[in-house]
Amino acid sequence: MKYLCLVYTEEAKLAALSDQEFAQLDRDSLAYDNEMREAGHFVVAHALQSVDSATTLRVRKNKLSATDGPFAETKEQLCGFVLIAAKDLNEAIRVASKIPSARVGSVEVRPVRELAEHEPWDKRG
Amino acid sequence: MSGAGDTISQRVEEIYRTESRRVLATLIRLLGDFDLAEEALQNAFAAAVAAWPRDGVPQNPRAWLVSAGRFKAVDMLRRRARFDAVERELANALESTTVDEASPPELDDDRLRLIFVCCHPALPPDSQLALTLREVCGLRTEEIARAFLTTPPTVAQRIVRAKSKIRDAKIPYEVPALAELHERLEIVLHVIYLIFNEGYSASSGASLTRSDLTLEAIRLARLLAALLPQPDSEATGLLALMLLQQSRQAARTSADGELVLLEDQDRSRWNRDQIAEGVALVRKALATRNFGAYTLQAAIAAIHAQAPNSAATDWSEITGLYDLLKKVDPSPVVELNRAVAVAMRDGEVAGLELIDRLLAAGELDNYPFAHAGRAELLRRLGRNEEARRSYERALALMGQEPERRFLGRRLRELGAPDSPRDG
Repeated sequence: MKYLCLVYTEEAKLAALSDQEFAQLDRDSLAYDNEMREAGHFVVAHALQSVDSATTLRVRKNKLSATDGPFAETKEQLCGFVLIAAKDLNEAIRVASKIPSARVGSVEVRPVRELAEHEPWDKRG
Repeated sequence: MSGAGDTISQRVEEIYRTESRRVLATLIRLLGDFDLAEEALQNAFAAAVAAWPRDGVPQNPRAWLVSAGRFKAVDMLRRRARFDAVERELANALESTTVDEASPPELDDDRLRLIFVCCHPALPPDSQLALTLREVCGLRTEEIARAFLTTPPTVAQRIVRAKSKIRDAKIPYEVPALAELHERLEIVLHVIYLIFNEGYSASSGASLTRSDLTLEAIRLARLLAALLPQPDSEATGLLALMLLQQSRQAARTSADGELVLLEDQDRSRWNRDQIAEGVALVRKALATRNFGAYTLQAAIAAIHAQAPNSAATDWSEITGLYDLLKKVDPSPVVELNRAVAVAMRDGEVAGLELIDRLLAAGELDNYPFAHAGRAELLRRLGRNEEARRSYERALALMGQEPERRFLGRRLRELGAPDSPRDG
């Protein structure tokens, strides 16, 4: 089973970290990536640039619109993700709880829905 | 023939009552699916009703039912219109594995697993409650809805959502590892205490108690205490607390359903067996020296339970226990209770001072019992006009009918206000 761990933080809080603290968080994150890799949980992980650099796309009636954004109402923004493999939610929680940036933000653990060839009538929620 | 049949059907009914939740817990583990397990359980009992009058009740009915449920599930899986590869694999695995169905410890572990699944932190609190009552206690959706003053569809929806989440997020059917046990147990104890409180002091509605829920909560706590791999002082403390509170049940309301305050209760109507058991459990929990809020509250309840009357109660000891509780579990409600104990120990003025300070801090301003407590102290001091204002404020905030009637009675006893109003 795969779980996507979405890491949210307040960017202002991240910006408020000293250079030293920021570097330490990066080092810790890389070290934990390795730890997860060795334990067989790691699939892929990335930190993200600030939400200011984001572009939001929509395709409606074959027409593309691209805008600056997202304009999130929430205080916390997506700042990174880790895709992990775990046998069940308890194991996923154990792995995700040690993601270093969980100390400055929050981690949403989402089970991955494997897409399959569906019969035309088979619609799952 | 019909006589023998009646006895058998009575036996089946009795076995359903005592064993069905255990059998269900094991079927959920084996099948990995709540709904399939429910269906398999019903089919297994249907098979028992057909087979037992003919073959006699088996030596180990529980094992028989688990086995029957397992094979019924295989049949059900194979009959499904969309019998996919995953289900085929499960059906084959179910058929070929030899499960040690007869071993009781294994079955009891299943019930413990079920409790931890139902109280998983990934489920919303409402669902934890509903699922625990449905799956562990075996209450019907209608009964849960009635107990929580909501509608059966709402309860059903909570249960369905919880089951979907268990399946989709793959919440495992396991007792948490030792490293996580304490934290996870906290949630289980909290759910049990919520069930108890909902029964003991219904947050609104006509009846002061819904004793079915209090008894279910006590039963759950007993089950938990018996099943935990090692004794836990707070699990013991919670069971003690609920037993001691429940022991006053018969004396808490008068014959006409009115609320009776602790100090006015007929203590000869307190349940001595429950008190004895509760007090012994408190001692056991305190002896671990590693106890928390439930044990401390139980210790306070134990002092009340053993006192011959309100005046002879050891209020110093109670105040001291509230001091400890304040450290373990700081909250304005604990402070309020401590203030009442101080009033009993040092007099109304001392208690009133503490309550006024708490109310000034603002957090308890909408808590009816803070105003009711203040009113009571003022009434005893003969400051009737101030007492009336506090009773009125409490009445405006109170949702429970018996409590409302009690406050109304107190207001009437104070007589007409100095400046009478219309109506």
